[in-house]
Amino acid sequence: MAAFLLELFSEEIPARMQSRAAEDLVRLATEVLGPLSPSGVRSFVGPRRIALAAELATEVPAQASRERGPRLGAPEAALAGFLRKHRAAREQLREEGEYWVLQRQSPAQPAAGLIAATLPALLRRFPWPKSMRWGGTSQFTWVRPLRRILCLLDGGVVPFDLREGEDDGHGLTAGDQTEGHRFLAPGPFAVRGVAEWQAELRRRRVLVDAAERRDRIAAGIADLAGARQLTVVEDSGLLDEVTGLVEWPVPLLGRIDPAYMDLPPEVMQVSMRVNQRYFALRHADGTPAPFFAFVADTEAADRGATIIAGNERVLRARFSDARHFWDLDRRTRLADRVPALDAITFHAKLGSQGDRVRRLVALSQVIAPMVGADPATAARAALLAKADLTTGMVGEFPELQGVMGRYYALHDGEAPRAADAVREHYLPKGARDAVPIEPVSIAVALADKIDLLAGFFAIGEKPTGSGDPYALRRAGLGLIRIIRDNRLRLNLRPLIKEAGSSFSNPPDPDDILLFLVERYRIQLRAAGARHDVLAAVLAHTIDDDFYRLLMKAGAIERFLTGDDGANLLIGYRRADNILRIEKKKDGPHDGPLDLDLLEAWEEQALASLLGPVEQAADHNLKAENYNAAMHALANLRKPVDAFFDKVTVNAPEPELRRNRLRLLARLRDTMNQVADFSKIEG
Amino acid sequence: MVRRTLMHAKPPSFQDLILRLHAFWSAQGCVILQPYDVEMGAGTFHPATTLRALGARPWRAAYVQPSRRPSDGRYGENPNRLQHFYQYQVIMKPDPADPQGTLLDSYRAIGIDPAVHDIRFVEDDWESPTLGAWGLGWEVWCDGMEIGQFTYFQQVGGIPVAVPSFEMTYGLERLAMYVQGRENVFELDFNGAGVSYGDVFLRAEREYSAYNFEHADTAMLTRHFAEAELECGALLAHGLALPAYDQCIKASHVFNLLDARGVIGVAERAATIGRVRTLAKACCEAWLAGEDSGASEKRAALPA
Repeated sequence: MAAFLLELFSEEIPARMQSRAAEDLVRLATEVLGPLSPSGVRSFVGPRRIALAAELATEVPAQASRERGPRLGAPEAALAGFLRKHRAAREQLREEGEYWVLQRQSPAQPAAGLIAATLPALLRRFPWPKSMRWGGTSQFTWVRPLRRILCLLDGGVVPFDLREGEDDGHGLTAGDQTEGHRFLAPGPFAVRGVAEWQAELRRRRVLVDAAERRDRIAAGIADLAGARQLTVVEDSGLLDEVTGLVEWPVPLLGRIDPAYMDLPPEVMQVSMRVNQRYFALRHADGTPAPFFAFVADTEAADRGATIIAGNERVLRARFSDARHFWDLDRRTRLADRVPALDAITFHAKLGSQGDRVRRLVALSQVIAPMVGADPATAARAALLAKADLTTGMVGEFPELQGVMGRYYALHDGEAPRAADAVREHYLPKGARDAVPIEPVSIAVALADKIDLLAGFFAIGEKPTGSGDPYALRRAGLGLIRIIRDNRLRLNLRPLIKEAGSSFSNPPDPDDILLFLVERYRIQLRAAGARHDVLAAVLAHTIDDDFYRLLMKAGAIERFLTGDDGANLLIGYRRADNILRIEKKKDGPHDGPLDLDLLEAWEEQALASLLGPVEQAADHNLKAENYNAAMHALANLRKPVDAFFDKVTVNAPEPELRRNRLRLLARLRDTMNQVADFSKIEG
Repeated sequence: MVRRTLMHAKPPSFQDLILRLHAFWSAQGCVILQPYDVEMGAGTFHPATTLRALGARPWRAAYVQPSRRPSDGRYGENPNRLQHFYQYQVIMKPDPADPQGTLLDSYRAIGIDPAVHDIRFVEDDWESPTLGAWGLGWEVWCDGMEIGQFTYFQQVGGIPVAVPSFEMTYGLERLAMYVQGRENVFELDFNGAGVSYGDVFLRAEREYSAYNFEHADTAMLTRHFAEAELECGALLAHGLALPAYDQCIKASHVFNLLDARGVIGVAERAATIGRVRTLAKACCEAWLAGEDSGASEKRAALPA
């Protein structure tokens, strides 16, 4: 085995691209170096370098290969094609039986040869999300200018360059040089192996291992916070980003000017995160603390005093800007901002935000009584729901939409429930986000999502396989979760129809209902939960009362996990299979039963039970006692088992056979009346 | 010796900052130009950047450009925002061997020592929809504060560049606030002899904010936009790239004024930007077409 190290040293790589780049390097290198059986592949990534270390075989072993070609006497074109494909000459072919055969002996290739031969192309097609040209006229692109290539195999340089025809490839040649920290240890130096590379870089103030940097940052800021009895507001995305911004992380703590502590905590946190990449801190009771944590990329001579002072000053300027918006925004009532929404386009084909708000007001009023909300309050909340889009603060930080609306509504003296709904109508924003539980918020949140779905379905903008630019899937799942978690009983079809009537080309409500069910099914499957029960429930009609639908699915799921259910399902499948097969011969077999032809007591018992079970199931279904309906079905288990044990369906007497098939058909139909059990998997 | 240290410790005044940057970039072989005499939103619009970034001829220039952003006016009440400010702009084509190192030396020249500061290059992809231009680069951060923008041009006027340029923009007021330790732009030491930035510009900020937001005659401006657009086309018909480009810059500035007056709707906004971009592209194409006619533009060997 030989130790391999590749380091691509460049100007600063955007933080958000780094981990993906490391994965791509591992994947591509493993692919092209496959013949050297790479093992122990590790990657390293940071602001100025991505690197890969691996153990490789010292050579690609010699190989004999044998390819069968066209038949002897095949057309000349077929032979030529075969030779072209294998880059072989006519003389290399031998006759073997009825065929031409190409037998080749490829000699062993030293590892360095394969590396030097494959890496230039790998670097040329490296999949950066966006790459650039620099320097003179070379067309070799990288995410930012590539300055050095270090490529070592067992301590020696594997020489290659990036020249290609006229293109000088920026004059880059693989060597043994790298560089440490830009300011703390400037200048190039040579290394001979992975361990030395990593240790020398550490000595020169570069931690090449991203995971180590991340841990050091997390522990460092937690210590700084802990020393003041504070905790860090968890933000793993920010932690990842900061890890990609520093080679030598030095966590520091800064103070927030108390004059700004009355800003809404969400504003402070977003401003710190988005603009500055600072971590917010809080007291034990959860209130914001007047400190922030940040990570410098250098050890300064004054132990960071200048750096801390500078960062504190920047934050004062940021907060002063935020204060400006906060004060200015509150000078105009939210309600007075509504007309300005007419000038903001929601979607070219769906009108302005003003149009949308008018639709939300109307729909919220319809939904309100169904969810126990006061229609006037819901209408008011809907009217104000989008007004904060015209505020300076939301213009600056779009992620604060709704949050600011609530603050401004409260400031204006709007009803607290309406103000809360302005914020909560956007919920849930993600799978783990809470759903609104206050009736007014529920009414506006449902209206918001139904209008979104109806509108985009109306203009044919349904999500496609990969694309969902308007986040309709998220809206759909949110809608279902609001209904499920709040146990809401409402019929969606008329609501969707109502929402759709605002558009010139109203969508088919069933399209949207199907879309919703499908989203839910996919989510269940992704979560590893049973999703086939939904399909079973939905086989007949799309129940637009989602809560009922979910109750029913839940009851079936419980039923099937029990002993009776599981066994009855086996009987059902057996019946269904037999019916399908016999149908092809002389079916269908769904005529009336002839009770006189029931010979065995097992078939008599089953037949006599079907009627009462059917009635009991039907009664309980209507009363929405789904568990009871399942219990009714469970009574069939024993008779069904006994029937299949003792009775031969395909009796030699044609009239007996037909009658037994009809009995099975009735069994199937009785069960199908509850749900389509043929859709159950597993 | 002591006096020397003290003098060195005193931060540069606003004008001293400019003089030091001029001296630094002059030593890098840049042509030191004066501001362009047409109103514009950023130093990138200066023909010494937009047009000279095209083609393969080497070019190095540095200049101060007054930049007007009518919507950013705050009547002189906000300590950080101005509707008129100065950018220091550097363009080098092809880029020098170590652009980042050169840039850091320029910061040292104005008193920012990386040994005590935290200097960072943070991703910032630059794009100008108006100029049909984009490039990749960074914001340069010093202790969490953006003190410059650094871009490798990839496309200008919708045309991929023949040779990428290195472009650096310093926001002079912000930089001065940083090196002088001020939190209010109007308190900046302008000349080191008692004149503040507010003494020079506060009244202008108030009056231009009122003009930009309240009094600019929108009917007249709409007319001016159309006239500039027409004139640009007419001049291009004669192959006069530079005068035509002036009209393009004018149209862009008039658009910014109309935008500040709030009379441009959302859909119209994108369409109007598209009209300016069309002009910019045509000017860039005309510039390239006539590139061989510039008598003074010999292929001068620039210092590496």
